[in-house]
Amino acid sequence: MPSGSSAPAPVEVRGVTIAYGSFVVQRDLSFDVKPGEILVIMGGSGCGKSSLLRVMNGLVAPAAGDVLITGKSLWQTDDEGRQRLMQRFGMLYQMGALWSSMTLLENVALPLGEFTDLTPAQVREVAALKLALVGLAGFEDFSPSEISGGMRKRAGLARAMALDPDILYLDEPSAGLDPVSSRLLDDLILSLRDSLGCTVVIVTHELPSIFGIGDSAVYLDAETRTISARGNPKQLLEECRDPKVHAFLTRSQPGAAPS
Amino acid sequence: MTPASISAPDAAGRAPRVTLARTPDALTVRLGGSWRLGPGIPSPEPVYREIDALPPARIAFDARQVADWDSGLVAFISTVLRQAAERGIAVERSGLPDGVQRLLALAETVPERKTREAESRSSWLARVGTRALDTAASAREILRFLGEVIQALGRLFRGRARLRASDLAQIMQECGPNALPIVSLISFLVGLILAFMGAVQLQKFGAQIYVADMVAIAAAREMAGMMTAIVMAGRTGAAFAAQLGTMKVNEEIDALTTMGISPIDFLVLPRMIALVLMMPLLTIYALVVSIVGGGFVSIVLLGLDVGPYVQHTRHALTMHDIASGLFKASVFGVLVAVAGCLRGMESGRSAAAVGLAATSAVVTAIVMIIVAEGILTVVYNALGI
Repeated sequence: MPSGSSAPAPVEVRGVTIAYGSFVVQRDLSFDVKPGEILVIMGGSGCGKSSLLRVMNGLVAPAAGDVLITGKSLWQTDDEGRQRLMQRFGMLYQMGALWSSMTLLENVALPLGEFTDLTPAQVREVAALKLALVGLAGFEDFSPSEISGGMRKRAGLARAMALDPDILYLDEPSAGLDPVSSRLLDDLILSLRDSLGCTVVIVTHELPSIFGIGDSAVYLDAETRTISARGNPKQLLEECRDPKVHAFLTRSQPGAAPS
Repeated sequence: MTPASISAPDAAGRAPRVTLARTPDALTVRLGGSWRLGPGIPSPEPVYREIDALPPARIAFDARQVADWDSGLVAFISTVLRQAAERGIAVERSGLPDGVQRLLALAETVPERKTREAESRSSWLARVGTRALDTAASAREILRFLGEVIQALGRLFRGRARLRASDLAQIMQECGPNALPIVSLISFLVGLILAFMGAVQLQKFGAQIYVADMVAIAAAREMAGMMTAIVMAGRTGAAFAAQLGTMKVNEEIDALTTMGISPIDFLVLPRMIALVLMMPLLTIYALVVSIVGGGFVSIVLLGLDVGPYVQHTRHALTMHDIASGLFKASVFGVLVAVAGCLRGMESGRSAAAVGLAATSAVVTAIVMIIVAEGILTVVYNALGI
């Protein structure tokens, strides 16, 4: 429901609790992602960042709460309704998750072939363009096992961007990349966002990425199991009084700052 | 003063030594020699015994005689520290080498984290109940999977399923022609065994020529289909589970789901169709090879003539037998494919889980084959087929 005159946010997380059986990972998470912004979900290892992303992209049902996609419920709807919303998402998985039995071009072409009315020749054309956008022109006929980890990430990004999604979810895009490749991937994400105008949600704990491309951030605390800080990462660094957030952003020992 | 000495054996003569010395208020642990993990370190038991015999007010260390050390010494000290802490005895650490003190401090800075919420151990009744509910849930899971597959088949027949012809062809190649060598070997041997077993019995009645009838009928109605199914369970069912399990580990299945492409249509359906199409063909082939195997024994080893053997085989074998055997084989094909795909799709996200999925796929398939065989035999019998 649009409230007042302002359009609903692309993604609204409303009171989401994530649990595996009786083990609660995070409880009562609520935040909005504004149109066109890059939101970073950060936090220490094992705090439930990736699990939250899986709730936001429709893969795993939350134990409680809901996610609204431009005002439409993702989890209070039937499978078909959810499937329709999910077609507006692009998702880059941690290890790329390219379909190993297909070439890079086929990987990018598959969603295009499934969900558009393009002719097979046009599909190839568009898929090749997407691969060129991420700097993989000439690698169309390689299989995922023949290319490096960084290239797999970029190919995964090309596949996530295949249908020009409204919302792009990235699960640790720079994990396992060298500093230069990681920087290049960040720049790529920025320029794709700027040119295609999608909203981006990134899970990461790479500080250079967080400060480099994050418009806003939420920090998931592994111990209190909820959001302990939110805002622009650079401002958080200046202003946040939470010792754990401060320690995370400055890469220092927790407890170094007064609590 | 009650000196006591313990040491671990060391040929070099620089064995780690522990000497205990008492003053009225303190127990001094004197350490000497080489403390290395490789040659072994002494047990701290004697220190505990000394502490328990007469608890001292505090424990001190004297490590001036220690020649060299690694984490073996740190481990020894840290167990002594823990015992002392449990008994409320103060410990003086200043006699230890600086490096050891720093390592001990490092090990103690981060308190042990409670990683899981304490799971209270429930009563056996609750455990039986949980187990029963789990079993019911897993049965529901199988039914749900079957339901999804049937829905996907419906979509396929309405031409709406997303199935890649090239995938189907490749899987058919893998589970059909590529299985011929192993199916040949097994079927030939089964035919051979059937002929031997039958010949011994039939010889008593002078009815050896009926070996041909027996081999043909047994192979057509039961053995060809069942042996092929068991080979396929071990070969293809396990491969399906491992492929799908690995795709799950790599998040490839998640990637399909987020793309809005049903993994059932895209991955399970081609595997099931391929196996269901290939099973009857392999079974016919297995039947022929079994008859050849039986014939080999009868003609070469038992001295029957070729002509009568072929004649008997042709006479004994009816279309009826072959059709009923092929029907069974098709059912087995479905079962093997379902077991392999189901276990693969529900595999966990680790290398060990993929292995378990493959094992479980084979076990599930073989159990289902045997159960189905039993049911079908009873049904055939009741219907007089």
